[in-house]
Formats: sequence, structure tokens, C-alpha cells
Amino acid sequence: MSDSPKPAQATPLNPRRRGIIVGASDGIGAALARKLAKEGYTLALVARSKDKLNALSTEINSSVNDTRTLAYVHDVSNYAEVPALLSKIVADLGGLDLVVFMAGVNFPPGLNNYNFEGDRQMIEVNVIGAMAWLNPVSEMFQNAKAGQIVGISSVAGDRGRIGNPGYNTSKAALTTYLEALRNRLTRHGVNVLTVKPGFVKTEMMKAAQGSTPFAIEPEKAADDIYKAMSKRKQLIYTASIWRWIMLVIQYIPSVIFRRMSF
Amino acid sequence: MQKKFTQLENFGHSLRAPSYLIKTNIPEEISETFHLAKKIGLTVTARGAGRSYNDASLNGGGIALDMRGMNAITRWNKSTGEVTAQPGVTLEQLWQKVEPDGWWPPVVSGTMKTTLGGCLSTNIHGKNNFKMGPIGEHVLEFTSVLPTGAEVTCSPKKNADLFYAMISGLGMLGIFTSITLQMKRIHSGLMTVNAWPVQNLHGHITSLLDNAPNYDYIVGWMDAIAGGKTLGRGQIHGARYLHESEDQNPQETMKLEKQIVSSYMFGVFPKSMMHYFMSPFVNNTGWRVINTGKYAASLRKHIFRQSHGAFHFLLDYVPNWERASGRGGLIQYQSFVPKETAEAAWTEIIKLSHKNRLPSYLGVTKRHRPDKFLLTHAVDGFSLAMDFKVTDRNRATLSRMLQDFDRIVLAAGGRFYFAKNSETSAETARTFLGAEAIARFKQLKKRCDPHHLLESDLYRRIFG
Repeated sequence: MSDSPKPAQATPLNPRRRGIIVGASDGIGAALARKLAKEGYTLALVARSKDKLNALSTEINSSVNDTRTLAYVHDVSNYAEVPALLSKIVADLGGLDLVVFMAGVNFPPGLNNYNFEGDRQMIEVNVIGAMAWLNPVSEMFQNAKAGQIVGISSVAGDRGRIGNPGYNTSKAALTTYLEALRNRLTRHGVNVLTVKPGFVKTEMMKAAQGSTPFAIEPEKAADDIYKAMSKRKQLIYTASIWRWIMLVIQYIPSVIFRRMSF
Repeated sequence: MQKKFTQLENFGHSLRAPSYLIKTNIPEEISETFHLAKKIGLTVTARGAGRSYNDASLNGGGIALDMRGMNAITRWNKSTGEVTAQPGVTLEQLWQKVEPDGWWPPVVSGTMKTTLGGCLSTNIHGKNNFKMGPIGEHVLEFTSVLPTGAEVTCSPKKNADLFYAMISGLGMLGIFTSITLQMKRIHSGLMTVNAWPVQNLHGHITSLLDNAPNYDYIVGWMDAIAGGKTLGRGQIHGARYLHESEDQNPQETMKLEKQIVSSYMFGVFPKSMMHYFMSPFVNNTGWRVINTGKYAASLRKHIFRQSHGAFHFLLDYVPNWERASGRGGLIQYQSFVPKETAEAAWTEIIKLSHKNRLPSYLGVTKRHRPDKFLLTHAVDGFSLAMDFKVTDRNRATLSRMLQDFDRIVLAAGGRFYFAKNSETSAETARTFLGAEAIARFKQLKKRCDPHHLLESDLYRRIFG
């Protein structure tokens, strides 16, 4: 944890929503952290890179002149570490209202290559990492009969395509996992929001091959996510046009899809 | 010992603190909980009935140790009036045990749902504070488990420093395991109650001051919405115990069934549903109408006899009444102000609440005297408790207004009560408690709890 002073105690007249962002150091995670802190959340920022994390945390805290973020260095694939870290974070925040699972890696193997190591890492971070965090979080929220989970999946999970089988699989699995959590938890008063971004101008997009239509800034994605969270929605595409694009793509018959080059 | 993650609330439903709830039934489980907490790096707070308006029994993200299972009255001596009980015993259990034998708890809160552990931790007062002091003055002895694992027995003579600090100590030095109290002899199940109106704040304060010596209990209701010349108007109730000769048939009036207030209205309508019908009136206009009606009704001076149960536990008349405030819940702001400065300070406070269009819907006044406990809230003066409904719209204004109130009360030499006010800052507490009292408390804290295992949201807010 960074050396920032503890966040102020919540009172009835100065309530504080408390959230965790797993995978907060850059891209949409960092943008959402800035947005949520501005909206009054107190946040635990979790990511691998200590330097980026501390820089972001310091930047946010000084911009609002208050301890709104605490930083925790953690590698999502270090599953065994999660329960104790989660418990520590909840104690440091004084409770928990929101968990955003944002961590994700993308290793495109190239059109004619197969890369087990990359595929394995994508599953380990994007899927098993999500389970390692969101299973204990779900149990907490189910018992507390309150809370909100936001999972960042991708339009890439909507169809298996030729470019990146491992990534498609990881995001399809994540989407289904989040749907299952939603079906479990809604009856306990917990909201589960699945976010499917299209192209967002982040480090990860640089890895994407070919054209990147409808690419948006991470800040725009963060605004969309915040809006959807506030309305306790279940699923959003960002940018929203991807809903229609993916609707069409999902209905392309396999006989044609097999022959397409994307 | 099972720990379960649970959403806990304060009594006003204005704060939520998800915590690991552990239920304890035997004293050994308290030390086990300390061990567990140390092992997994969490803090612990004891929680009784959860009737505090603020964060006294909340420990967000930590362990809340539910003490209600330790609820045995272990010894009752009906000839001396000494009673020994576990900390989870409620005032309801206590008075129902001792009253039929001709005794009454010397100090009770406005609700009987509170536990003895909670009552001692916040050192509660009643409508007889000016005469009997807080509950701590009637504690003969208590035992407590410290986070170090040590068990201590304290009385005004033995471990006196801990006695005067743990009572009022907000459960932050140790957890009570057994409490011995002295009950007060009564000669009837009834009391004589006088009710009379007061036209304005000056009349209100003078009436409390002048009449307190003539009664065993005195309490004022204030119409905090009324302004101008009628600012501070209300009604005073003074009550006294009956002497031996005044009740012809004490055996009859002291029967338990004569004391218990029915949970039905007109014999059929459950009072626990009343709050649904109250909530449409919980706004500035609706409550003004209610207060005006209540004041008009109070203009008739009258004397009547009332059972102890009915007189003391006004808040229990309408169960769940606090829910009438709606989603944002309610908070209470109680100020304790010396008798010399009370009128000026409260005039300023009430006017400010009118200016902000945030009048208090319920004002209750009492007469107080100082006591010797370390974190005392008492003064030689009066207290005014004001209830405020919290909404998303009024939060910011209400917050600013209460900070102004704090400044007014501090300037008037006043104090605050940790069972009630939810917004008191560390700085405000330092001002009224004094640096010396705080240093003393922290020193004891270090001695009893070297690993900082006992913490509540209230502790972090005030001493964090």
C-alpha cells in the first residue's frame, strides 16, 4: 500500500462509496479511477506496476486534495494472494460497494501462428484472475445483500474469429462467467454489469492488427461505464454502436464467417 | 465461532458498514476473537443492540462482535437491590426482572432496547441526569476482558483509572463480561407526572432550571419549528416517585403487566406499522402541523399518574419510528450547553436551522450536571437533542449547518455525546474533551490494547 494517510471516515452527511479497481494502472482502468474519484468514490487501485500505480494514486489524491485512492501492487495471476489482499482492502476502505475487474492481457499470435504460452496467459489473467477476485467478492456481496460488480469483457468474446482464438475464448468465458454471477446475485440485491468495449485507444489497441474503426478515448469508455453503473444496467457496449455491429456479426452464418478475413 | 460478512447499520439507518459478524455466547469467545483478529489483521468492535444514532457499534470492513448472546442476569438480590448481569442484557430484561420486586434501574435511556454493555460504553443518562448522574455512577463493579487477554475487575476503588475510563470509553479499552449495578427502591408502580407548557426558549430553560430540584425526572419537548416570539416553545414533564403512603396497593401497580405498553393501538392495530402512516408527515409542512397541534394540546396544565414503563420508554411507543424518515435515514444532533450560555447558543442554532429551511422535527431538552468519567459529555446545564431527516438533497446543507452548530456550541463551552452525534470531528472532540483527557485516554488505550485490536468507525473518526 502507498503511504497516503487513511481515507476519512464516512458519516451520514458525508457518505463514501468504496470501490476496488483491479487493473487500474492505465487505459480504461486509470480513466475510470479518475472518474470515480471525482464522483466521490474512495478507491483501492490494484495493478502490477508499482510506479504507474503510485503515480496515478498521487495524481488523483492531489487533484481532489483528499485521500481518495490507495494503491496495492498485485499480479492478478497470483491467485493465492487474493483472499488476504481483499480482506485488507475492505478493512482499509471501511467497507465495499463496488468491484471493477479490469485486468486483461492480449497476445495476438499472428494469423498463421499458434502460441500456447500467450493463450495460457490470457486465460490465466482474463478468466481465472477474474474468478479469483470475483468469487470471494460475490460471496461477500451476497452475504451483505448489496454491492456492484463491473467486469470488463470485450466485443471480442461475441464470436470466435481467425485473428486471436485465445483472446476470443478468454472474453467469451468472462462474459458467460459474469452472466452466471448476475443470475446468482441479482436476487440478493447485487448488480453485475458486463462491459464490452470495442476499440479503445490504449496500449492494448496497439497490439491489434489491421484497422481500428470507431476507436474511442479511454475517458469516453469510463464515462459510459459510470453512466451504466449509476443506472445499474446489466450490459453495455462502448462505443454504443458496437451493439449493432456485433448484432450483425453474431448473425453472420458460419458458412460465410469461415471465409472472412477478420 | 463463525464469522459472516454482513451489512450492519446504525439505528438511524443513515450509515451502512459491511463487517464480519461474530456472535459470542461465552466470555472465552471474546479472547478467541482477539486472537483471530490479530492473526488475520482485522480490528474488532463490540456491538450490542445497535441503537446508537451514529457509528459507535460499526466497524466497516472489520469484525463486529455481537454481544447479545451474553444475556444472563447472573445474580439478583432483592433485599439489597444489587444485580449482576452479562453485558448483552437489555434494559428491558433488567427492569422487568427488578420492577416486580420493588426496584427500578437508577438510570435508563429513552429506549429499553439498549444493552448494558452499550449503556456503560457510552455512559448513558436519563431524564434524571441532574439528580442521579449517568449510569456509571451506579455501577458497583464490572469485569472486562482486555485485548491483551487479561481480565480486569474494576470499581470506584479498585483499578479506578480503568473504571472511570472504560465507562464512557466507547468499548475501546476492553469488552465488559459482567456488570454489577445498584437498583433504586420504588414504592409504587406509578409515578406522578406534571405537564405544563412553556411559551418560549427563555421560559423553557428557566422552567427546567427552577423545577428540576422539585422532581426526580424532568424533560422538555420543544417545537423546534416555531420561530419569532414563540421560538423554543414546548411542554415540560416533571415526574416524581410516589412515597410509601401514596399508593394504597403497590403490589397491584408493580405487576409487570401494568408496566408493559401494548404493542397494539386500540387493541388491534400493530404499532410496528405506524411508521408507514407517519412518513407522509415527515416534511417541513406536515411536521409544522403536528407540532402546532401538539403544542395546542399541551396548553392545558395537568397532573396524572403513569407507570414507570410508559413514562421512560417513549421511543418504544412506536417501534421502528425511525424508518418514517425514509431512505436517507435520520441523524440526531445533541448539544450539552452550560446553563449560563444555553439560551443564547440555542437561539442562534434554532434560527440558523430556520434560515437553512432545515428545522428539526423533534426537540428534546434535559437538565444535566457534570460527572467524573474520562470521556464525559455532561455539563452543569442543559441538553437539546434535535432530529434531522437525511435526504440526498439536504446532505450538503445539513453538513455545513451542523458544522456551524458545532462552532456555536464550542464557543458556548458546550460538549457532545458520542452515542448520538454522527458528524463530530476529531478537532471538535479535542476542543471539548481537552488535550489532557485525550492523552490520558490514549495512554490507557496503549496499555490495554497495545496492538490496536479494538477499533470502531466512531473511534477512527474521533481518535484515528
